[in-house]
Parts: sequence; C-alpha cells; structure tokens
Amino acid sequence: MIYDVIVVGGGPAGLAAALEARKTGAQKVLILERNSELGGILNQCIHNGFGLHYFKEELTGPEYAGRFIEELSHTDIEVIDGAMVLDISPNRVIHAMSKTRGYLQLQAKAIVLAMGCRERTRGAIAIPGTRPAGVFTAGAAQLYMNIEGYRVGNRVLILGSGDIGLIMARRMTLEGAKVLGCVELMPYSNGLNRNIVQCLEDYNIPLYLSHTITEIRGDKRVEQAVVSRVDENRRPIPGTEIVFDCDTILLSVGLIPENELSRQAGIEIDNRTRGPVVWENMETSLPGVFASGNVVHVHDLVDFVTAESQRAGRGAAEFALHSDKENGDSEFFRIENGEAVNYTVPQKVRPDHVGKFVEIFFRTNNVYRDREIRITSGGEMLASFKREHMAPGEMEKIVFPKALFSKIKNGAVTVSVVEAGKKEQK
Amino acid sequence: MKELICIVCPKGCHLKVDEENGFSVTGNGCPRGAEYGHKELTNPTRVITSTVRLEGASLCRLPVKTSADIPKKDIFQAMALLDGVTAHAPVKTGDVIVPNILGLGVDFIATKTITG
Repeated sequence: MIYDVIVVGGGPAGLAAALEARKTGAQKVLILERNSELGGILNQCIHNGFGLHYFKEELTGPEYAGRFIEELSHTDIEVIDGAMVLDISPNRVIHAMSKTRGYLQLQAKAIVLAMGCRERTRGAIAIPGTRPAGVFTAGAAQLYMNIEGYRVGNRVLILGSGDIGLIMARRMTLEGAKVLGCVELMPYSNGLNRNIVQCLEDYNIPLYLSHTITEIRGDKRVEQAVVSRVDENRRPIPGTEIVFDCDTILLSVGLIPENELSRQAGIEIDNRTRGPVVWENMETSLPGVFASGNVVHVHDLVDFVTAESQRAGRGAAEFALHSDKENGDSEFFRIENGEAVNYTVPQKVRPDHVGKFVEIFFRTNNVYRDREIRITSGGEMLASFKREHMAPGEMEKIVFPKALFSKIKNGAVTVSVVEAGKKEQK
Repeated sequence: MKELICIVCPKGCHLKVDEENGFSVTGNGCPRGAEYGHKELTNPTRVITSTVRLEGASLCRLPVKTSADIPKKDIFQAMALLDGVTAHAPVKTGDVIVPNILGLGVDFIATKTITG
C-alpha cells in the first residue's frame, strides 16, 4: 500500500498537518504516533491559555488537542499509535515498530516530520554537586503530576524561567508544595510576561534574575541547593551564595528539537534552530519530506504550530498529488540573519511556490524597546516593521509581500532589528 | 495610577489603571485588556485547572477546570474540594465533575473526553 502523506508524530503539529493534507486532497493519510494516545505534550499541559488566536477562546491543552482529535475522528485519516519510527529512506519508505502490528515498512509519496522537541537535562548544563534523586526536568515533573498523579516533591526550587517552569511553579503550589523560588541565569525571563504574573506573582514566588544553582547537595534525595548571583558574563560571584533547603529541583532550561530521524535521513539541519532547514512550504532539503512545529524550531504558542503545520500539510499533499511533475531547479532566495536576529524560518524561499506573501518567523538575541525590523537586499531596504517591545522569549512574525521579490539582489535578503529610525549604512 | 501586565493573552500588554478615576485603563491593545485591568484592581479572578482521580480507563487522572473564573481569594478552598473526588469513565469534555463550587455558581468541568 502506498500512502499519499505519512505524518510522523501525533501531537498538535502532526494533527494539524494530517488534517490539512486531507483537506488539500491527499486521499490516503496516516499518522504514526509513539505514545498510546494522540495529542502529544498538550495532554499534560492541563492549564488554560491555548487557542486564543486560532479558536478565539481560552482552552486547556487537552481541550485544544481534543478539538483536533474530534475533527480527525470524522475523517478517514488512519492512525497507528504505539508505533516508533526507526528510519526514513530518501525514497520515502518509513520503517517503524508497532507493539500490535510488528515491523512496518510503509511507502509514502510525501512525509511530514512532526516529532516535536525534548527538554535539556541536568547533564546538558552541568550543575556541580552530588547526584541525588529529586532533580527533574519541569516537563517530566508535569507528566508525573498531571498524567500519573504523583506529588513529585514538597519543597521545590525551579532553575530556569521558561514557560514550563513557571507553569509548574503554580501547579505544585496549588497541589500543596512550597515553591521557594525560580532562579534565572539571564537578567530577563524567557517565559511569557503573563506567566510571570499569574504563576509567580499570584503566589508570591520570588524570581531571582541573574542567579544560578552552583551546587546541589544531598545523599539519596536532594537536601539543599546553593544559588549564586552571576556577573554580566554569567559567571557566579563568590560570596553571594544563598542556601535553600529543598527536596526537589525542577529544570526549565530549554528545549531541543528531536531530529535523530531527520539527521539519519541526511536532511540538512540548521545549527541555530537545531531543526531542518526549510523552504517556504516547510519542505526540507530532502524533496517530498516536510517538517513543522517544534521539530523545526521551538515555539511559544501552539497556535503558531498549528498554522505552520497546516502549511506543511498543504505542501505535502500538493507534492503527493503532483509527484509526477518534475520540480526542477526553480529560482530561490536565501533569508540571512542580520543584526540582533538569532535565526529565521523559513531559511530559503522559492518565489514560484509563494502566493501573495511569505511569512517569516524569527527570534531576537536580547530584550529591546522601540525597534524596527528591516528586510534589506544589496544595501536597499525593501520593508520595515515597527515594534515597541521585543524579547528572545517571544517569537516574531513578519509578512514579506511577493510584490517586493523583484527588488531582491544576489539571491538573498537580510532580516535585521535596529533602533527605530536608524539611517541605513551604505 | 497602578501598572499591570495584562494576562488575558500571550501578548502581555503593559496596562495603566487609574484607581482615582473609575479604574479607567490605558495601554490595552483590546477591550478585554480594559476589562481585565478594571477587574484586577476591584475583584481579581482566575480560572483554576487541576486533575481528579479517574476510574474505568487506562489513564488514572482526569484533567478539570473551573467553568468560569473565580475570585483569587477562593482558589485554595476550591482546590480542596477536589481532594476526595473520583470520576468514572466514560467522561466527555464539559461534563460537570463538582457542581457549584463554594456557592459561586461555577462548576469544575472535565477538559478531556475519555471513552474507557
């Protein structure tokens, strides 16, 4: 059997991609999911605040996923859960293991990669000290608490102020734990402002900016954590130590796209996003293999994942339906990172594949006020967008109209963030 | 004049609320921000989410939320109501799990459909 589109991963990205592929006209669509149920990380994100853009209402994670799972149940999209994808070949054969169906080899005309991301661990940031039980990544603690019903800990210190850490500070407080503080290495939080307010300030949990954990103490279980202030080079300042008596440490120190399969398939990876380099329709360097959601770049808002995945699903369906048509070497331009820009998605654009405009997503390298986002090419400014406030924790989106593509020189545009009103340097 | 960060949506607008002039709000990007600013200084409220024990399914917890926002001061009392509750599958999203919390006219409702 040949599938038109196979989607690897049944979280928010995979669900949106599969549904959109089917709507675009792909006949046989399959989702391969590793877990025993669809919905991905949303199942454990039981807090509200999802879907304000897409559904125009405030949903919890399970409700958001539920809307798509419900829609899926009215389609003929096939789902195999409990299936682990092992390999993807360049001619788009997927090898997978399923508990119930055994070893599977499935041929797809097009593939969407939607494997999501995973958390950085204690090992990734090398915290000194002993190695007792009680050190969890925030997402693992969230799974134990919200899905499996465990208490996790009583006196808790949180390292990192990413959104999952902030959400868990509130969650553990509500379940009777004492959260002693949230410790952040940077002078600003990477979490959303609203989460600082409703997760920390609502419960009088202190946020220690420019601080980090410099030692973990404890034999069998965590007993103490030593926190130090850091200087502008993020080095601990001796003499600033604060000792916390705690039995649990949660780490919310970043997410990494999960791209073992992509790398194994020889797909080009961007060192900055740690996800596949993608074209305007979310196609990777391997023709017919698309990618979307946190596997491409880590998002803050699931609504952006949904929109991006619909683009990938559409692209995959179109590829599957017109795979007889030779794609050839169509013209393209690159999107390069200028001042204060950490990365962009997409990285490359084929004007032939663009309707009226291309949406460019990116993150800045610092917190800024009163800035101008500029798209330039060959020293000439093609477009600019004003922003009052920008931060690395908030993904930016700009719309680049196709009408301006004719002004692009040397096959590249640069996206940069400069002080509002600054003169262009020739 | 009180400064607040709006929590209605992820944008996080910086609001200014004038307590002396009828709690008028500036700096809001949308009407919901004005409503939030006024409410936050007069009667702050939150939606509360948690889980309850679940029986009759492969999963052991059912996620729930308050069907509307409740006063901030009632949060911990509302949470305590969930302690002895057991839900039984099948459950549908929106099913009432604990009715009329603390007489507020707000229910704890299921946020996940679990067939069994």
